[in-house]
Amino acid sequence: MADTGLQLRDVRIATGGRRLIDGLSAHVLPGDVLSVMGPSGTGKSTLLAAITGTLQPAFTLTGEIFLNGRDLRPLRPQHRDVGILFQDHLLFPHLSVSENLAFGLHPKTKDRKTRIAEALADIDLAEFADRDPATLSGGQRARVALMRMLLAAPKALLLDEPFSRLDAALRDKMREMVFTRARDLGLPVLMVTHDLADADAAGGQVIELG
Amino acid sequence: MPNNTPSKTGWGIVPLVTIALLLGPVTAGMIGTILPAFGGLRPGGGGGFSLQAWREVAATPGLGTSAWLSLKTGLISTFGAIFISLLLVAGWHGTRAFRAVEQALSPLLAVPHVTAALGLAFLMAPSGWLARLGSPWATGWQRPPDLLILQDPGGWSLIAGLIAKETPFLLLMMLAALPQARPAERLQVALAAGYGRVTGWIFAVFPNVYAQLRLPVYAVLAYGISNVDVALVLGPSTPSMLSVQILRWMSDPDLALRAPAAAAALLQLGLVIIGLALWRLAEAACGTIGRRLLWRGIRGANRRDDLARGIGLTLSIAAALAVIGGLVGHLLWSFAGRWRFPDALPESLRLRTWARHGQEIIDVSAGTLALAFAAALIALVLVIGCLEAEHRRGRVMGRGGLLVLYMPLILPQITFLPGLQILLLQTGASMGWLPVLIAHLVFVLPYVFLSLAGPYRAWDARYATLGAALNASPDRVLWQLRLPMLLGSVLTALAVGMAVSVGQFLPTLLASGGRLPTLTTEALAIASGGDRRAIGAWAAALTLAALMPFVIAVLLPRVTYRNRRGVLDG
Repeated sequence: MADTGLQLRDVRIATGGRRLIDGLSAHVLPGDVLSVMGPSGTGKSTLLAAITGTLQPAFTLTGEIFLNGRDLRPLRPQHRDVGILFQDHLLFPHLSVSENLAFGLHPKTKDRKTRIAEALADIDLAEFADRDPATLSGGQRARVALMRMLLAAPKALLLDEPFSRLDAALRDKMREMVFTRARDLGLPVLMVTHDLADADAAGGQVIELG
Repeated sequence: MPNNTPSKTGWGIVPLVTIALLLGPVTAGMIGTILPAFGGLRPGGGGGFSLQAWREVAATPGLGTSAWLSLKTGLISTFGAIFISLLLVAGWHGTRAFRAVEQALSPLLAVPHVTAALGLAFLMAPSGWLARLGSPWATGWQRPPDLLILQDPGGWSLIAGLIAKETPFLLLMMLAALPQARPAERLQVALAAGYGRVTGWIFAVFPNVYAQLRLPVYAVLAYGISNVDVALVLGPSTPSMLSVQILRWMSDPDLALRAPAAAAALLQLGLVIIGLALWRLAEAACGTIGRRLLWRGIRGANRRDDLARGIGLTLSIAAALAVIGGLVGHLLWSFAGRWRFPDALPESLRLRTWARHGQEIIDVSAGTLALAFAAALIALVLVIGCLEAEHRRGRVMGRGGLLVLYMPLILPQITFLPGLQILLLQTGASMGWLPVLIAHLVFVLPYVFLSLAGPYRAWDARYATLGAALNASPDRVLWQLRLPMLLGSVLTALAVGMAVSVGQFLPTLLASGGRLPTLTTEALAIASGGDRRAIGAWAAALTLAALMPFVIAVLLPRVTYRNRRGVLDG
């Protein structure tokens, strides 16, 4: 079982002679959460870009990134099976709520409509299928963003300060929802945050950057 | 399967094709101009080095006046347009009056130079609207006075026309450059130090803005020195601007006159280079003077500030009214029945002019719009390809790329387009729509690029990351996320491209050998006839053809995304 989960071995990222990440190693087991903490400008988002494969060419990356025993570095971003959630939720503004969910669903999925209807019911938004995402509340958007990502069946989940835009009451609920679902699906989770409460709620390992 | 490295997907080739399309015709045109100027490419064959063409140019009566006129017109009109837009932005940016003037001026950007010039001619002519409004109660004129207001030998009506047309352009370019200069914060600091609004803005904000404004200003200056279309309507005729003299030689049935035309075209290039050099000197001088004033602690507050703001607002409203008044005038004349001097309005409105010219106008409009759509669409595809290649490489185009883009806008049309025609003639290539399309592309491409690059680069790249995380290929992200979200900007860029193509005079005339009529070439041909009603109808159709794509670009996204607020707001 040593192969399962998300493994980072001696990951180094530099740009223009400046070292952002200097030898980071970690092993996130399925269902576990690794919290990466640090003030802004310490390369947290850059680390996530290295894992999703969207690092800008100005950055140089060394080290190894493995997901369930598969080397991610030679793979194109769309083939890495790595999901990501941003703080702004970033629902596609030109698509309806159900079209947003359908975007990530594999084209060969059977009964796509039923799957999406079930997914909407699952996050208590059954009536919202045809709605303009701009009319949703912050909490509703966060739920759609999470469900959209999960429908793409990722094998790991990255969180980029995912709760910082939500108000306090909603934040606890969303943390609970994200971590529970990730655990149920057995997804290794890597979260970058500057909020200690996020790391506490996650309850896993914590790495400090910067 | 798409890959992420542009070289493997073919995206890397798009910038190269675009550069070739921009520089190819320019280079060919320069060769076609330089060779005949020194004895090459003679119509009857043969060649050999010769300075005969230059001797003919030198012997042309009034040549010195023509050259001086060109330089003077370009420098003064460019200074005037900057002066007005600077005073307006410095004195009023952030106020409600500013937004109103900005909204009045922005659509005028799309109005072709030719219609603006013809409109201004209608306003300022001795029998024009201004004279009518003031007569006879103020002037006492019962008949149009015998005054040479238009096409005055000093070129002042031409200068006024250029200022009215270029002020909106420089204003919008200034606004585009503004955010990076953090105008609000800096002005606050200047005001707190006791500076007047205008002086404070010029000292604290303008230097940064001007650094980004330089290339557009050079394009305006080069156009002012070398333009043909506005000069034909408003410029003096004996002697005329040098550019007009070159066109006369180029249009002469005597092919031997192509040689002096080519030599004069190089002289024209020299004038533009001199103009640019003088401008650079003036830039340096302004910097020095500005620093002196700064050290002296000049504040320009109170009365002086009020005066500067008043001048800025008045002149920019005058510029807007000049163009808008001209457009209304065209429309009115095209429907006018009897309209005697000094009546301010026609006695009746008739459809006679449209009945007489309508069919021809519709035919020519269809051809003009088809050509414009083809040029703008090709340009749009190439520009999206360039910007997408940039995105996938993760590297933004450098200064060299920007210079290539501005090359066709700064190098005078009248310098390299005659060469293109001479080459086409010499090689026996047909002069149909294909050379015209290619010539239009040279000028459409830069504007489409400048229009789309900002919004395209500003698109939040996290959507692309998210798309990839949802297993979408870069191509799917482009087609299903980026382009639909940028629909408004894409359509606006297409409209900009169409407006540029619709307004092209010289490329159409020279690359088609005068055999492809468009609204612009026809409007100018009819203008020389002096039939006000016909001019009005053709100019109105030309304006409509240039503006219609913008109306569609504004309305279509509103219909498509009527239930998608996030796209329209973002």
